Amino acid sequence: MNLYQILFYLLAFVMVAATIFAITEKHPVHAIVYLVTSFFALAAIFYLLAAPLVAMFEVIIYAGAIMVLFMFVIMMLHPGSGKEALRPGLRHWLPAILFAAVILVSLTVTTKLHLAAASAAVTGLGVKELSIMLFTRYGTAVEIISMQLLFAVVGALYLGKRRKP
Amino acid sequence: MISLSHILILAGIIFSLGLVCLLVWRSNVIMLLVGIEIMLNAAMLVFVGGSYRWGAADGQIFALTIIAMTSAEVSLALAMVVYLHRRQQTVDVDDFHELSDQ
Repeated sequence: MNLYQILFYLLAFVMVAATIFAITEKHPVHAIVYLVTSFFALAAIFYLLAAPLVAMFEVIIYAGAIMVLFMFVIMMLHPGSGKEALRPGLRHWLPAILFAAVILVSLTVTTKLHLAAASAAVTGLGVKELSIMLFTRYGTAVEIISMQLLFAVVGALYLGKRRKP
Repeated sequence: MISLSHILILAGIIFSLGLVCLLVWRSNVIMLLVGIEIMLNAAMLVFVGGSYRWGAADGQIFALTIIAMTSAEVSLALAMVVYLHRRQQTVDVDDFHELSDQ
């Protein structure tokens, strides 16, 4: 069992545990934070599986944009339930710190490993080949996605508009 | 080399967790959308695992497509959640059993 496999199993454990915490959490904001942890672990797994571009987009779009959108909507719909927010104790901090430490150490070791093995002709595809394939062979998919995003903008504007009762 | 079967097992576990979330959280439509997100991530893991196993770029391109599709889906669904909350002041799925509120 080499280092790649150990890292994969560690990250898989972190991801499964964070997802379990996310779906059993009572408070939606805590659930979203656990889900961000889970997506960071998934991004590290993607990096491990020789897909750096997908890992970057996972962090930027999923953990960055989509989860912040969820957070905005939760904040909009639950305006202060009346009671004061309690200061989190050590019991609340411990799992989050543990998960973050495992992900950070795994990412560091993977990056070092990649830098060390860069000369050993990694079989993974580069960003350049991927981009050429995306915009030539799958150009139609890019066009369809751009249309879909436009429709989503129009639909969200229509639904979010305040109508007169 | 990580074996494909273990990647598929992990994706299966994640997908089942998302399904459980979708089934359990009927009292909050936002957590229901979170369950859909978890399941889509499991699908992305399967695509990237296939791309890793066979060294082809198609799986990664499909994963990027899923990310773009999800961002559109989430923006529309959350706009719908805000609209429904404005109409009925609740996010409980069971309360939305009427097509019209007249």
